Amino acid sequence: MQKMIVGRLTRLVVTVLVVSFVTFVGVNVLPGDPVNALIPIDAQQDREFVEQIREEWGLNDPMVVRYGRWLGDAVQGDLGRSLVTGQPVTDEITHRLPITLELMAVAVGFSLLIAVPLGAFSGYREGRRSDRLVSGLAQAGLSLPVFVTGLILIYVFALRLQWFPAVGWNRLSDGLGPNLKSVALPALSLAVTEIAVYTRVLRSDMIATLKENYILSARAKGLTDRFVLFRHGLRPSLLTLVTVVGLNIGFLIGGSLVIEYLFAIPGLGKRLFSAIQQRDFMMVQAITVLITVFYVIVNTATDLVYMVVDPRIRRTN
Amino acid sequence: MSESSVRPSGQTSGAPFETSSGRLRPGGRAWTRSTARAFQGAVGKMPWLTKICFLWLILVILAAALADLIPGLADPNYQGFVFGDGKTNEGPTASHWLGTDNVSRDILARLIYGARVSLIFAFSLVAAGIIIGGTLGSIAGYFRGPLETFLMALVDTWLSFPALIGLVFVTTMLGMRNLLVLVLVGSIFVWPSYTRIARATALSVSGQDFVTAARAIGTSRRQILVREIFPNVLPAMLAYSLVGLPVLIILESTLSFLGLGVEIPTASWGGMINQARQDLLINIWPAVWPAAMLFMTVYSFNNLADWVRKQAAARSAAI
Amino acid sequence: MAISQEPVDTSTPSESMEGSEILRVEDLHTSFFLPIGELQAVRGVSFTLKRGQSLGIVGESGSGKTVLARSIMGLTLAKHVEISGKAFFNGRDLLTLSRREMRSLWGTEIAMIFQDPMTSLNPMVKIGRQVIEHLRQHKNVDRREAKQIALDLLNEVRIPEAESRIDRLPHELSGGMRQRVSIASALACEPSLLFADEPTTALDVTVQHQILNLLSREQRQRNMTMVLVTHDLGVIAGRTDETLVMYAGKVVEQAPTAEIFDNTQHPYTEALMRSIPRTSQPSHTPLAAITGRPPVATHLPKGCAFSPRCPYVQPRCHEEDPSLVSIGTSEHKAACWYPVGSDANREAFERNLSDRLPQTLAVAEALDADQGSETSADVPDGELT
Ligand SMILES: Nc1ncnc2c1ncn2[C@@H]1O[C@H](COP(=O)(O)OP(=O)(O)OP(=O)(O)O)[C@@H](O)[C@H]1O
Ligand code: SF4
Ligand SMILES: [Mg+2]
Repeated sequence: MQKMIVGRLTRLVVTVLVVSFVTFVGVNVLPGDPVNALIPIDAQQDREFVEQIREEWGLNDPMVVRYGRWLGDAVQGDLGRSLVTGQPVTDEITHRLPITLELMAVAVGFSLLIAVPLGAFSGYREGRRSDRLVSGLAQAGLSLPVFVTGLILIYVFALRLQWFPAVGWNRLSDGLGPNLKSVALPALSLAVTEIAVYTRVLRSDMIATLKENYILSARAKGLTDRFVLFRHGLRPSLLTLVTVVGLNIGFLIGGSLVIEYLFAIPGLGKRLFSAIQQRDFMMVQAITVLITVFYVIVNTATDLVYMVVDPRIRRTN
Repeated sequence: MSESSVRPSGQTSGAPFETSSGRLRPGGRAWTRSTARAFQGAVGKMPWLTKICFLWLILVILAAALADLIPGLADPNYQGFVFGDGKTNEGPTASHWLGTDNVSRDILARLIYGARVSLIFAFSLVAAGIIIGGTLGSIAGYFRGPLETFLMALVDTWLSFPALIGLVFVTTMLGMRNLLVLVLVGSIFVWPSYTRIARATALSVSGQDFVTAARAIGTSRRQILVREIFPNVLPAMLAYSLVGLPVLIILESTLSFLGLGVEIPTASWGGMINQARQDLLINIWPAVWPAAMLFMTVYSFNNLADWVRKQAAARSAAI
Repeated sequence: MAISQEPVDTSTPSESMEGSEILRVEDLHTSFFLPIGELQAVRGVSFTLKRGQSLGIVGESGSGKTVLARSIMGLTLAKHVEISGKAFFNGRDLLTLSRREMRSLWGTEIAMIFQDPMTSLNPMVKIGRQVIEHLRQHKNVDRREAKQIALDLLNEVRIPEAESRIDRLPHELSGGMRQRVSIASALACEPSLLFADEPTTALDVTVQHQILNLLSREQRQRNMTMVLVTHDLGVIAGRTDETLVMYAGKVVEQAPTAEIFDNTQHPYTEALMRSIPRTSQPSHTPLAAITGRPPVATHLPKGCAFSPRCPYVQPRCHEEDPSLVSIGTSEHKAACWYPVGSDANREAFERNLSDRLPQTLAVAEALDADQGSETSADVPDGELT
């Protein structure tokens, strides 16, 4: 277990280094001068002014030097200032991160709440009509892009029924009710795909587990089907699901960018999107690294959860 | 960063196109012919829904391929109202079967040309994945050594970053976005998952008797790679591609929706939806049609992929 | 819906006296309908068991022993299965009972121990819990009482340091210990009928004896009826009252156990006898001592199912399937045209020997090799440990 954590930490560091460097190179190699983010368009013809700004922001140093400088600062918790707003990047991130995290957490929580009973039941009823219905719905859910789901929800629940706001965000500090109202539709949009994926994964694992000998021997004890299903069937079947939840975080991050764009939610994804468009490379760099760190941490956490779910691993380590 | 990080729904291995039990060495033309026959028989055995999906896909692919030849199909970019011979947000008419959008373009024509963008993007990326990933993975899995270690570490790192974010990043920075550029950029992101699968398959194939036998009669390692490893890695790649296609179609439409797909006015489903979403309460149809197209096409691919997987599972269970 | 929690009224068996009939199976057939055709796993099995009696069912792998036991017990085998015949348990035909009624019998009246202790315990649930959950399903006891009973049971099946082991997970125990846990669990609600399906096949030879002796002891002490399924005749020697030899889904010989050993009638039983592991030989003599393989149950040969492998096979065997008939005493039945020991049998052997039939030659060779060494199998005496 200790070995695993050390291994994961090494991997985290390496991944962060690679991703941040690639992003850094990307920003500098791809067309689009970051200096343009710093100065108004009409001033961009003024050679001298541009040069001055470049010097001021250190844009003239060799790339490796600049990367080293960025890295040195980043290690000390200083992610630089936004080229567009001039504000410290960390401030903006701490302001926006909770929104995105809440969105993703609600989406995952909601998905699990629906998918676990659905997948377990569907696997238990393998081949029956109810299973075919669930599988069919899951396949359909899998085929809906998040932005289409989002639009459908906006149209029905925000524009037509007007139960929820179509755009915008109310922070938790604005009250739980408004906050929940603004998180509902975006989280549900993300959840539809997740539910479909989780249900399918759990269903197929459940089918495999229910063929195990210990299920038969549990039934031979006269235990009720429900007890056998949840006590003996579900837990071993959850193992793959846990991993998939972790791996799917990548999808969720991409999805939340789209959803924040669609619902005009001031989260990190939307900020990343606008930062890319504004060539605000300090911001891009910071958010990209954050996403990577987040992804690796979630997957490490997934492995830890895996151990909790599977006592065999816990004990042998 | 590729479809597996976009949607890892598991179950990607298995070679659904196997024609008989131990088809490990494809034997040229005879193999092709028997595959064709098996394919014909397979379509007949499909459940009705899968058959419909299959027909739908053929229809979409044909329409996209032959769009320029369809008689009477409007110009997808012609804005009639500018010239006084068309209306915006029109309902279905004889000349515009699915009506017009908010700048009076023919929706049906845009759907068909949009299909072209989606399909070219998806199929090209699958091809790129198979070529790049198949080659790298086979080499890694067969030759092993430090190259493998390095390659797989790279793949792992790459896969721990969401593909969509990477694509958004690169496409925005590039500024210029035609289909070719999108495909080239996309292939940066599809190769890792293909490499991973190819390597796993190559690894297991390398242990097979016929590889050892080929080695024993003095076949060079390079020849073995080309003649024995590649042909056996291919079915696994194809199986994975069928799962990957719908994901790539969604990816393309998402990029277009964000305004990062092919540049306007070129029609794409995601772009059409993005354009129509401002006026949902005025006229919902310009959004409904491309959304329906997108859903049906992606669903059809998913349905077909599931069916193929079930067939493969049933066959391996029967052996 | 099959999910339901309420227990169903269990008709407790009338306090019947020793020796009354507890299980009567009549003409039981079980078939699987597979894509390749009908697989007849059990083809007309009948037997009767008295309370407190023990029955050994012997046969090679694939002869239908497990399917037979599970058919009687009504434990789902597959979706495409068809079972016919009768199986009276305390006068009630089990095959006509609903799933609910069956479940009220499972674990309380009829219990089962499975072949592989590695897979028949849930790897993620502590062993104590797996016994306790069984107790609490059927008995009105609270957690603490249940734990105490479980502990007593674990002690009874001789699990050392049961107090500390009760919270262990299955993989932390050896195979033998795990099987003891299974036994403890099976005994938890004092069943009157116990099926033990190859309870020792997956275990070491030394452990095998301990487990078998434990089972015999419990069976006698509790006056429980036991069906012991095995592919090893040596396992049942001295342990069961009755023996039933199965081949390709049919009973080919049936007799009191001692009688089977002393007066073997069926060529297949004789072959099994030869394959009992002996102490003089370091490892198991494999069952391959019988030439050939059991028939695939979808493609049974015409006539006697054993004919392709039988050293005494005669033309008649290929034509007509012998039925199970009494030989000598009414208690001893066999299904063979040329029973072992008869003159007809000896003649058949000579004839086949001169025809150089492979399986006959193999038997003759084995007999030659045995000259000088022990001639009878090393039969465990089944004493209590
Ligand atoms: N669920 C099933 N579906 C199809 N065929 C089955 C099924 N269960 C058992 N069979 C078949 O029934 C036959 C008898 O099997 P069974 O398991 O009863 O043999 P056995 O005597 O218990 O052998 P073993 O010593 O291996 O346990 C075999 O041919 C087996 O393949
Ligand atoms: S002698 Fe004939 S009837 Fe008897 S077991 Fe052999 S083959 Fe069957
Ligand atoms: Mg068995």
